[in-house]
Amino acid sequence: MHHIEIRNVTLVYDTPNGRVPGVRGVSFATAPSEFLCIVGPSGCGKTTLLNIIAGFLAPAEGEIRIGGKAVTGYGLDRGIVFQDFAQLFPWRTALGNVAFGLEMKGVPKAEREAIALEQLRLVKLEKFAGAYPHHLSGGMQQRVAIARALAYNPAVLLMDEPFAALDALTRDEMQRLLAEVWRATRKTVVYVTHNVAEAVYLADRVIVMTPHPGTIKAEVPIRLPRPRDPLSVEFLDYQKQLLRHLTQKEEAR
Amino acid sequence: MKAILSILAAAAVYEVVARGGWFAAALVPTLPAVARTLWAMLADGTMAGHALSTLYRVFAGLALAASFGLVLGFLMARSRAVERFFLPLVSVLMPIPSLAWAPVFILWFGLGDTATVLVVFYAASFPMILNTWTGARAVNPLWLRAAGAMGARGAELFWKVIVPATSPFVITGLRLAFQRAWIAVVGAEMLAASDFGLGWVIFDAKEFLNADVMLASLAVIGAIGFAFERLAFGALERATVMRWGMVRAAKA
Amino acid sequence: MSAASVLRAAFPLVVVAALWEITAHSGLFPPRLFPPLEEVAATLARLTAAGILPHHAAETLFRLAAGFAIAAFAGVLLGIAMGRYRRAEDLLLPLVSIGAPIPGLAYAPLFLLWFGLGNTGSIILVGFVAMFPVIQNSWTGVKAVKEIWIRAAQTMGADERRLFRHVILPGALPYILAGMRLGLAQGWRILVAVEMLAAVPWGLGWLIFGAREFLNTDVMLAGIAVIGAIGLALERFVFQRLERYTVVRWGMMAA
Repeated sequence: MHHIEIRNVTLVYDTPNGRVPGVRGVSFATAPSEFLCIVGPSGCGKTTLLNIIAGFLAPAEGEIRIGGKAVTGYGLDRGIVFQDFAQLFPWRTALGNVAFGLEMKGVPKAEREAIALEQLRLVKLEKFAGAYPHHLSGGMQQRVAIARALAYNPAVLLMDEPFAALDALTRDEMQRLLAEVWRATRKTVVYVTHNVAEAVYLADRVIVMTPHPGTIKAEVPIRLPRPRDPLSVEFLDYQKQLLRHLTQKEEAR
Repeated sequence: MKAILSILAAAAVYEVVARGGWFAAALVPTLPAVARTLWAMLADGTMAGHALSTLYRVFAGLALAASFGLVLGFLMARSRAVERFFLPLVSVLMPIPSLAWAPVFILWFGLGDTATVLVVFYAASFPMILNTWTGARAVNPLWLRAAGAMGARGAELFWKVIVPATSPFVITGLRLAFQRAWIAVVGAEMLAASDFGLGWVIFDAKEFLNADVMLASLAVIGAIGFAFERLAFGALERATVMRWGMVRAAKA
Repeated sequence: MSAASVLRAAFPLVVVAALWEITAHSGLFPPRLFPPLEEVAATLARLTAAGILPHHAAETLFRLAAGFAIAAFAGVLLGIAMGRYRRAEDLLLPLVSIGAPIPGLAYAPLFLLWFGLGNTGSIILVGFVAMFPVIQNSWTGVKAVKEIWIRAAQTMGADERRLFRHVILPGALPYILAGMRLGLAQGWRILVAVEMLAAVPWGLGWLIFGAREFLNTDVMLAGIAVIGAIGLALERFVFQRLERYTVVRWGMMAA
C-alpha cells in the first residue's frame, strides 16, 4: 500500500522567454513511514515538486494522492518545513508558533499548549518555549519549525532543505535529531536536499533528479542499518553512487 | 552629561544676546523671564487648558485618520480594484499640504474645532494609508504559506498573521501620522482656533509682542511632542515589534 | 505609460469630479462656498492669463528655493561635520534632537516677530525647518558609510580630502538625498502655512487665505490645485530624477 503517490506530474513555468518546463512526467510513491530524499542540483525542480505535493502549486498534468485520496490545495494532513529561518512568526514565542496549527483547528488553549510543549521537548527546546524567534539561533529556529510542522499531527512531513543555511556542525547535530524525531513519530517524510551525504544519512530511499526539464534520473534504496556511520565504507559507496548519477552526462534525447 | 553641557552653552549664548541690549526685551526675553511666564501659566491652569484643547483636537483627528487609514490601507492591499481606484486619488491629494485646506474648511465649517480636526485628519491619513498598504503587501509569503499549511483561513489568517506581520509598518505609520498631526494642529489652531489651544496662544501672543508667552508655549509644544514620540510610541514599539525583533523590517 | 493605464489612473478622478459636480449643482450648498468645477477651472484660467497666479507661484517658489538652499547647504555641512567629528557631534546632537520634534510652524510667529513679516522671516523659517531632516540624514549617512570602504580607500592611499570626496560623500549620498527630499517637503508645507500667517502681499498661501475674506472658494480651490501640482512636481521631477542619476544607478537603492 502506498502512502504518497505522484503520478506523471508535469508543471510548466511561463517566463518572458517562453514556457519552461519545471518538472516533467515525474512519478514515484512512498510507503507509510518511509523517509524519502529527493536529491538534485539547483534548478532540477525538486523544490517545485515539494511545493506541488504541499499544494502550493497546482500541476499542469498528473495527480497527487495521499492515503489514496487525490490532493488539491494544502491541508492539515501535511506539515511543511522551509529552508528560510524567517518562516517562524516573529510576533509569537516558540510555543506560540508550535501551537498555531492546533489553534487554527480550534484546540482549547491549555490542551494545545501542552501538546506544543511536548513537541518542543521532542526537539529538545522545552526550555525555550517562551523565547521569541529572534532570540534563538538558526538551528534552534529550524527545530521550532520542525516541532511546529509536527504539532498538529500530520501524516506527512515535507521538508525543503531545512538545514541548508546552517553551519556544518549544527547541521550534523540536526540530522541526528531529525533521525531520532522520525523514529519516534514514524511520519512519512519527503525531504529535499542538494547534499548527498545528508540524503544517505537520512533516507530509506533517494530519488535523484536532473534539470532541464526536471525529471527523475534514478532511484537508490539505502540499505544501511540505523544509526548510520557516515565514515563507513558502505556509506561512502552510496555517496559515490549518487554523485555518479548527478554528474553523469545526460545521453542525447 | 555632554548633552547638558551643549544645552547650557546654547542657553548661555541666547542669554548673552538677550541681555546685550541689542534687541528689545519684549522681542528677546531673558530665559528667567520665559521660565517665570511658563510657571505662571502652568500655575493658573491656562497652559493646561490650552494643552488639553490641542490634545483633544489632535487625538480626535488622529483617531479618525487611524481608523480610516487602516481600513482603506488593508482594503487596498487585499483588492486590486480598491487599490486601482484609490491609489491615483492618494497620489493627487497627498502633495497638497494639509494646511492649504484650512481656509476652505474654515469657510465651510467656521472657525473652531471642526476645521482644525479636519486639517489634522487630512494630514495624518496619508501616512496611515500608505504604511498599512505597504505593510500588508510586504507580508513575508513564507508566513502566509506556513499559516495556510497549518489551516489558517480568512478571518483567522487576517487577524493572526497579516495584522501582526503588518504591525511594524502600522506603528511607523502611526508615528509619522502623529508627527504630521502635531504640526498640522499647531498650524490649524493659528488659523482657525478662536480662544484656546497652544497654536492659538502663540499666534495671539504675537499681536501683543509677548515673546515670553510664545517661547513658553513653544517649550510646552516641544515637551508634549517629545513625550508622545518617546514615551507613547516608544512603549508601543517595545511591547510589540521590538519584542518580536521586527524593528529592522519597519525601517527598511 | 500606456493608454489603458492612463485611463485607469484617470477613472477615480473622473468619479470624484462627477460626485463634486452633482453636489455642486444640486443646490445643497451655496455655490459661493461649493463652486462647480467648471467655475474653478475658469478661475484658474482667468488668474493664470492675468498673470496673477504665476506671480503668486513665482513668489512662493522663490521663498522655497532661497530657504531650501540655506537648509541644504548648512544642513549637509553640519550633518557631515557631526558624522565625522566627535566634538561637533557632542555639541550639536542634543540641540538637533530637541529642535527637530518641535513643529516648525510653532516657531513661525516668533520668526515673524524677529525677522519681520516679509520675505526674510518666511525664508529663514523655511530654511530653519527644512534643515533638521537634512542634518539628521547627512549625519546618519556618514555614520552608515561602511568601515571597509574607508579602510579600503585608506590602504589605496586616499587622504582625508579624497576620502571625503570619493568615499564618504557618495557613500552617504542616499541618506543625504533622502534628507533633502524630506526637508524640501517640510519646507514646502511650512511655507504655504506661513504665507497665510505672515500676510505677505504675494504667495500661494496668501492667495488662498486672502480669498477666504471674500468667500472666493473658486480662487481657493484653484490655488490649492496649483499648490498640489507644484508639490507633486518637486517630488516627481526633481528628486526622483536626481536619485535615478546617482544612487539608483549605483545599485544602492531600488528605483
